[in-house]
Amino acid sequence: MAINFLYPDYEVVRDQTKCIACRVCERQCANGVHMLDETLNLMKSDDAKCVNCHRCVSLCPTRALKIVKTDHTFKENANWTGETIKEVYRQAATGGVLLSSMGNPKPYPVYWDKLLINASQVTNPSIDPLREPMETRVYLGKKPGAIQRDQNGEIICNLTPQLELDVPVMFSAMSYGSISYNAHESLARAARALNTLYNTGEGGLHEDFYEYSANTIVQVASGRFGVHKDYLNAGAAIEIKMGQGAKPGIGGHLPGQKIVGDVSRTRMIPEGSDAISPAPHHDIYSIEDLRQLVYSLKEATDYQKPVIVKIAAVHNVAAIASGVARSGADIIAIDGFRGGTGAAPTRIRDNVGIPIELALASVDQRLRDEGIRNNVSIVVGGSIRNSADVVKAVALGADAVYIATGALLALGCHLCRSCQAGKCNWGIATQEPELVKRLNPDIGSERLVNLIHAWQHEIKEMMGGMGINSIEALKGNRLMLRGIGLNEKELGILGVKYAGE
Amino acid sequence: MNINAAGMHFKELNEQIKTAGREIVVDNCMGQRYIGSGLAGKSIVINGTPGNALGAYLDGSTILVHGNAQDATGDTMNDGAIYIAGSSGDATGYAMRGGKIFVNGDVGYRAGIHMKEYKEKSPVLVIGGAAGSFLGEYQAGGTIIVLGLEHTKPVGNFCGMGMHGGRIYLRCSVPPKGLPRQITVEKASEEDMETIETYVKEFCEIFGRRECMIMNSDFYVLRPDSKNPYRQLYTQN
Repeated sequence: MAINFLYPDYEVVRDQTKCIACRVCERQCANGVHMLDETLNLMKSDDAKCVNCHRCVSLCPTRALKIVKTDHTFKENANWTGETIKEVYRQAATGGVLLSSMGNPKPYPVYWDKLLINASQVTNPSIDPLREPMETRVYLGKKPGAIQRDQNGEIICNLTPQLELDVPVMFSAMSYGSISYNAHESLARAARALNTLYNTGEGGLHEDFYEYSANTIVQVASGRFGVHKDYLNAGAAIEIKMGQGAKPGIGGHLPGQKIVGDVSRTRMIPEGSDAISPAPHHDIYSIEDLRQLVYSLKEATDYQKPVIVKIAAVHNVAAIASGVARSGADIIAIDGFRGGTGAAPTRIRDNVGIPIELALASVDQRLRDEGIRNNVSIVVGGSIRNSADVVKAVALGADAVYIATGALLALGCHLCRSCQAGKCNWGIATQEPELVKRLNPDIGSERLVNLIHAWQHEIKEMMGGMGINSIEALKGNRLMLRGIGLNEKELGILGVKYAGE
Repeated sequence: MNINAAGMHFKELNEQIKTAGREIVVDNCMGQRYIGSGLAGKSIVINGTPGNALGAYLDGSTILVHGNAQDATGDTMNDGAIYIAGSSGDATGYAMRGGKIFVNGDVGYRAGIHMKEYKEKSPVLVIGGAAGSFLGEYQAGGTIIVLGLEHTKPVGNFCGMGMHGGRIYLRCSVPPKGLPRQITVEKASEEDMETIETYVKEFCEIFGRRECMIMNSDFYVLRPDSKNPYRQLYTQN
């Protein structure tokens, strides 16, 4: 047998004085880490199988368990880190492309953390959101350039369809297949309760969720999975997925093992077949071609639905967004390189794309410079982690944000980054019925609602502090931001002054 | 109802088609896009040349074109039938989920790519002439038949790249060279020939061809040897 060069990343530490050998950990772990040694009546564990998802830790009735990062180490080397060495071992053993999940974990700069928010002092009053009205509602869609009147002077309504959100936070695309039925139900119910929207991703829409139509964005991607007339009409908006922040320039690939039962039917491919989304849409090689898909969708839905075009934040994002804004799209969604994924090649996830903060600032500026900013709304994601990120994104020019990793955390995800294995112990990124039922949509949707309500309160507090009572007045208001620890070039792209200026 | 499409914008034309009765004839069609997008329960005859995305998301209508069609005919179509008396452009039948497309002449690149099927719902694309390169790329289901009439070669290069479901029937005496490794090529079985004959019969009825002249040839069938063509490529990290 070949020597296994890989030492486990995590160690399961069990306090045998607390452990009562109740075997809860064993039943809860889909990875098969825990087992009972019946002769000794002692629980044992196989560290190599542990993904550090904390399911056993959270459910252990005596708190006998914890997971620690191993202190086993390679000889220290700043260039060849332990992680880099292990990746070489993995590829040398298998010849495969490294596959990871969730967002880019590398220590690139997080510009949100280098931006500071303003507050009023003395010269203009701050507003107390507990007592005074504070507007966080936004409308997404194309805004007309001028008011039109008929011969009697009455206003002609030339407003194209808009999405109304009570809070500028939506749940971004995660397909049924990459996440579970119960995860989708939680998102759909929360979106309805919050008067915002969730996004089907590219796996089609389970018929049980058609009732959440008013709070649903249906996605059309290169694989066209689950796309048909009723599906298009089941959405409040249609999103064309051109790219994803975690894997710009490449397609998707849902392994056959996740194509079971309803997932197979919803995507319309046989059970066990891989679901392959090609890298490009093969009918889109230009902005003119994109326009064609935008209008074929509008024709199919009688111009009743705003069309969103989602692109990944890449080097020429401003020029690309300018083209998208002229394609007939109503909303541009931009996904930054820290955005999550159910599975992406590690090298792509960690090395391709640019930070959303810089992409957003340059797109907003470019569209303003070209006088077409009102052609489209801008939605950004990848990654928005908290309400301060939302406020900063709006001040940089976003109309609304997309969250997904944050939403999954609310559902119980522990960011173990093993979604691609399909054995999510929290019932989120799995299709195994025994695991899926661990996620209770009653509790899941309530936790999502709690999270967004909490963020909404915080957004109002920050707006009030700035003396702003409508989030529309914050949009693109970069004077409300100052940079810290940034160089001239970064400040220039972000369009913000340095703290103290 | 007859609609004279001369000089008409696609939006106007498509609105008229949507509000018209069941039977519609479009005359002087000249490049108007999205005709029949998502339509159900209509019968449309088009005289002239419809533009891109003819019958996209079609949901159970019949479209007959006396002329050529352009790109993305029947994109993501769900049900119904499209008959093209001339040729059809690139990406004909892209991601079809159901229904039938019959093209009397040739089709461009990437016809039938990403076609799907689920149980009894299985789309069919029949091409009388030849297909360009990348026919049936990423094909996940459904049936493609290429008759290669008046051609020496039924398909271009890279036929069936990434194919992982469905079947492609080619009418030829020798199968094309250079097919991707994950494709198995066999002479059509008796059962296959029955399927082919059903659709060839329909093809001949529509376009006035003689069935005996078409069935009087060998047919080869291309099938993927795996439902998971890329599984080996990845290693968990």
